[in-house]
Amino acid sequence: MTKAAPRRKPARKVAARKAPEQDAYADFMARAYAMELEAVERYAQFAEQMETFNNREVADLFRKLSHVESLHAKRILEEMNWPSLPALPPAFAWESDEAPETAPFDDMHYLMKPFHALEIALECEKRAVRYFESISKARVPERVLAAAREMAEEEREHVRLIEAWMERVPKPAADWDRDPDPPAITE
Amino acid sequence: MNAPDTVALVPKDFKSDYKPVWCPGCGDYSVLSSITKALAALQLRPENVAVVSGIGCSSRIPAYTNCYGFHGVHGRSLAAATGLKAARPDLTVLVASGDGDGYSIGGNHFLHACRRNVDLTYIVMDNHVYGMTKGQPSPTTEPAWPSKLSPEGTGLREFHPLVIALAAGANFIARAFSGDPNGTAALLTEAIRYPGFSFVEILSPCVTFRPEQRAWKEAVRPTPVEPTDDPARAARRLITDDGFNIGVLYRGTRTPFGATARRGNAAPESLDAAFRFQEAS
Repeated sequence: MTKAAPRRKPARKVAARKAPEQDAYADFMARAYAMELEAVERYAQFAEQMETFNNREVADLFRKLSHVESLHAKRILEEMNWPSLPALPPAFAWESDEAPETAPFDDMHYLMKPFHALEIALECEKRAVRYFESISKARVPERVLAAAREMAEEEREHVRLIEAWMERVPKPAADWDRDPDPPAITE
Repeated sequence: MNAPDTVALVPKDFKSDYKPVWCPGCGDYSVLSSITKALAALQLRPENVAVVSGIGCSSRIPAYTNCYGFHGVHGRSLAAATGLKAARPDLTVLVASGDGDGYSIGGNHFLHACRRNVDLTYIVMDNHVYGMTKGQPSPTTEPAWPSKLSPEGTGLREFHPLVIALAAGANFIARAFSGDPNGTAALLTEAIRYPGFSFVEILSPCVTFRPEQRAWKEAVRPTPVEPTDDPARAARRLITDDGFNIGVLYRGTRTPFGATARRGNAAPESLDAAFRFQEAS
């Protein structure tokens, strides 16, 4: 019986554990990415709702908003150069009711005007600003801090853009939700 | 199409290609979102989940999910779901209903489903009105709410679903609000995990026939007390409940009902053989 060769000490793994700061940064960006994805999806759902109710003008606007958010999501992906999609935080892991940039369902109305849609988008962008500002005020690694500040500034820019957009669309008439044949009539 | 086994599922993976036709602003959109978030959080496979419903706006939900679905008859969703769970205990069975379907037409089934304590999750989207049939009062409608059919209100006291569920033996009782989709998703996740009959009432505004329910978001609040496993304590808490406390009320300790006569998952062929044997003898 031959003597067994002495066991070699296993080589140290090159890709050992990432630095905590790097982990925190990747987590932060994954969360920002998830936030954008939720916004993309929600605006697309709103567009579908409006299409169902034949409110084409507002449907088109929500499609545009969804597309804009998808570009933001894409940019995060490109910046991070993740080999595959990151593990996203659980869908309900936010402190708020939903992700900060996700519009609530209950602001919708089948007769809503583009101005209303932009009001919804404006609130979302303002919430996103507050979210990133809150991170930039927290005790987080420097890299996360810098990214949060940058994103807060980007969201502030979106707020300005939407406010400018709102200037260009007509303000709804006082009776915008009047329907001569409302669904609430019991027949 | 089934998702590959190795990929972590996200809420979107539980949605079908059918577009919901609820009124814009309806709370049921949020409930659908919460259900898919809960299923993703639990990492269940769509093919291992069945969503059973009755009739009404809320009962459209099975079609909007990518799971197995059964859009049954009015008020009978629990009967169908009970049969399904007895036959296929390996499936996670969710039951979707509304206050009319679940508490009026299906009121009797509700009592006995609580009593049987089969491992189901019963999700009732409560908007205090029959929405699909254009705004008639339901069992949970306030007595003074005026409608075209009852201009002076019904004058009838409301049905209190949580009281009934507790008295009838439900093992897990909670209330959620559709305006808090993430909180609702977390509650549903717990309800699905919890053994036995889990009842989750979700306040889900009908903005078309009850536009005043948009104000529910200001009325709801987290329940100020911890969940209890003591039915008597839970009952005392419900005495002062105004219908807007959100959270888990009761986590019971009853053993879920399981079919004991012939355990196992008989394949259709063997069932067929059994029936033929009986016929022959």
